[in-house]
Amino acid sequence: MTDSPRTFPVREDVERRLAKRYRAELRFRTAGLTAIGIAVAILCILIGSIASEGVPAFTAKELVLRVELDADRVDPEGDGSVASLRRGSYNRVLQDALREAFPGVTARNDLRTLFGLYTPLNATRLMDAVLDDPALVGNSYVFTMPLADDLDLYLKGRLVEDRTLPTAGRLTASTDGDIVSLRSTTADFTALAREIEQSMAAEARTLELRVEQVRLALDQVPAADAPRLQAEADRHAAAAVNLRQLARAPDGFLPLTGDVPSVIVESGGQAFRLTQLAVDGKSARGEVVLGSGLVENADDWTLYVVDTPESRRRVSDQLIIWTRSLVEREMIQTGFNTYLFANADSREPELAGIKGALYGSILTMIITMFLSVPIGVFTAVYLEEYAPKNRVTDFIEVNINNLAAVPSIVFGLLGLAVFINFFGLPRSAPLVGGLVLSLMTLPTVIIATRAALKAVPPSIRQAALGVGASKTQAVFHHVLPLAAPGILTGSIIGLAQALGETAPLLMIGMVAFIADAPSLGLAGFTEPATVMPVQIFLWSDGAERAFEARTAAAILILLALMIGFNAVAIYLRRRFERRW
Amino acid sequence: MHDAQTQPTVYHKNSLGGSDIKVEVRDVSVSYGEKQALFNVSLDIPDKSVTAFIGPSGCGKSTFLRCMNRMNDTIDGARVSGSLKIDGAEVNDRAVDPVVLRASVGMVFQKPNPFPKSIYDNVAYGPRIHGLASGRDELDAIVEQSLRKAGLWAEVSDRLQDPGTGLSGGQQQRLVIARAIAVNPEVILMDEPCSALDPIATAKIEDLIDELRENYCIIIVTHSMQQAARVSQMTAFFHMGSLIEVGPTEEIFTNPLESRTQDYITGRFG
Ligand SMILES: Nc1ncnc2c1ncn2[C@@H]1O[C@H](COP(=O)(O)OP(=O)(O)O)[C@@H](O)[C@H]1O
Ligand SMILES: [Mg+2]
Repeated sequence: MTDSPRTFPVREDVERRLAKRYRAELRFRTAGLTAIGIAVAILCILIGSIASEGVPAFTAKELVLRVELDADRVDPEGDGSVASLRRGSYNRVLQDALREAFPGVTARNDLRTLFGLYTPLNATRLMDAVLDDPALVGNSYVFTMPLADDLDLYLKGRLVEDRTLPTAGRLTASTDGDIVSLRSTTADFTALAREIEQSMAAEARTLELRVEQVRLALDQVPAADAPRLQAEADRHAAAAVNLRQLARAPDGFLPLTGDVPSVIVESGGQAFRLTQLAVDGKSARGEVVLGSGLVENADDWTLYVVDTPESRRRVSDQLIIWTRSLVEREMIQTGFNTYLFANADSREPELAGIKGALYGSILTMIITMFLSVPIGVFTAVYLEEYAPKNRVTDFIEVNINNLAAVPSIVFGLLGLAVFINFFGLPRSAPLVGGLVLSLMTLPTVIIATRAALKAVPPSIRQAALGVGASKTQAVFHHVLPLAAPGILTGSIIGLAQALGETAPLLMIGMVAFIADAPSLGLAGFTEPATVMPVQIFLWSDGAERAFEARTAAAILILLALMIGFNAVAIYLRRRFERRW
Repeated sequence: MHDAQTQPTVYHKNSLGGSDIKVEVRDVSVSYGEKQALFNVSLDIPDKSVTAFIGPSGCGKSTFLRCMNRMNDTIDGARVSGSLKIDGAEVNDRAVDPVVLRASVGMVFQKPNPFPKSIYDNVAYGPRIHGLASGRDELDAIVEQSLRKAGLWAEVSDRLQDPGTGLSGGQQQRLVIARAIAVNPEVILMDEPCSALDPIATAKIEDLIDELRENYCIIIVTHSMQQAARVSQMTAFFHMGSLIEVGPTEEIFTNPLESRTQDYITGRFG
């Protein structure tokens, strides 16, 4: 008798099914891996984009100024009292220091632009420093303050397109009245002149196309609109003609208007802003922004081009030149952005920080934790271990599960109606925020705790009851400790959810602009505050571009907090987990 | 199909009434919700001996065992009727606190269920909650005594702080017995204590039961005929919720009076 398995018909059948089963398994695994791959990729893109946006906000460009705290400036009464020091003109002190750094800047307008290097809110910071240490009065003091937000962005390369062109020749500059003539021994300006010419031609072409479009449209619009359109077409046409005319450079010079890239020549301590480029590429005309305006045969000079036209950016050529000069003189340093952590919210992005929101979040979380965790855990213990199983408890259970699915904004409305309008608690306070978030977190804690209690094997309860423990002893000595990891994980996840919640807090007024951080004490619970996610929401709406980076940075900080929370949950779970 | 309720129990000589009766059961019935699981059981259980409950699974042995320490109270919907006296005191009396009762009626379960704590804490738990020891030394003494009585001392004396769950199955079961002994019970209930153990561990537990018999009234549920024959002096045979026959073990195994007992013992059903 041969026992070759192939002779069994059933075996073939099995083989066929086996191949099918393998295929199904392979399909399933591929699908699983693909899903995970997509999820991981999306997560990476998300975090990557937020990080690349937010990381620059963690550093700050700071202006380091030696300020003279003359007594007649900061101590008007001359008695050194707090009241007197509070009335000092600290902004003038800062202005004096900047004037000293740029002695050539004298015109009113130029000075106003110069003082745009910083926000006057820094005067208050200087005053605080003096109030902290009145001995500073009459001395010079090194004061560090953040550079204006736009210049900070500029230095981080996030505001304009710019480049430095190579130069080969020697530069000579001579002034003739207000106009400076610059000459290089080689044709260093040629490439630039060609570019400008082309961009002018392109701009003119665009204008001409617009004119054609408008003329075509003229036939189709109502007669009443025709004159307006005609005027527009005429204006564009004139501009185009003008541009073409200028691009032809009748006097041998191309004009550099605010609509084309800015060209800046720097040599030693001097800086020129060019207004005309010669078509021969060897010379140019411009104005002195920094220095005396005299250069003799210098071979160390740079041609700095800001491709974003001046009319399309928020910082002028002047400010750019001054900022670059301060960097050159090492009066601008790059440091960790302490303002982001040490300050509360501010209208000025460079001074805005998350401290207020962070403290608000901490205070709110304290309330939420001390309310929702004990109440939730004891509710769950009662329902799971003590409550008789009947219609009433069924009803309660169904409703708790429903509460977990209620949109969070509803809890905000409830908080507004009950805590603020009925009980008269203060608006915008962490106390109310915590109460509202407790309501929201309770169902999560209860459900997680019940699941954890259910997972404790009944044999443990029997063992405890069997040696004569009472029900309460069995629960508190054995069941709760075993359920602790699950309860902790559930509670922390619930709290993390509350930490990231915005909607219900909008309803109770925690969305206001609050420039002072609440105190981290008992009083802080009723002081107006906001929380991290609301701060992010507020900043994301900020007009200044610098708020974009700060928004991303705040998101990163919130994410880090969340990851921290979850890490604690995992650690506690590992720590308390016991096998049975 | 038998109608269990109409079947009277067959009592062997000396099996109902006597001098050293520890537990006296009269007409105990149990139902879970609508379903009756135990029908009018009456039985006397002697002190300082081992009584075995045998019968096919689902016949109500565990249910009956749980009546002795009112563990049925912990089951939703369980109702117990009839009289069950230990040393003449009614167990089913409302005035009796099951917590106090369970201190004198220890229980060992089918699956070893030590607490996920140290060996020491497992044994010390009962004495602690009942306040049996006034100091650390006394507690140490109780733990050592209990572990010695459970035959585990030699194996664990040097690692009392290790987790009880780290012991082998047989050791865990002896630890659980030590835990039960530690509160000084008079009756020890064991529900199939060896069904999760290997033969060597089973033999150890059986030897232990034989030793414990000198001081305690032991009631053991088993589905192993041989085990019942080896360790018990009295045997009660249950079938479909009724107590069919009860008597000295030797007689039940050599000379059963009921045909169903005979059938079960010889392995014709079960
Ligand atoms: N907790 C319970 N709830 C409902 N019915 C139960 C419960 N425990 C046991 N029973 C029923 O009671 C009967 C006896 O069970 P049990 O005493 O566990 O039998 P044995 O221990 O002899 O195998 C069985 O029919 C079982 O289904
Ligand atoms: Mg059983």
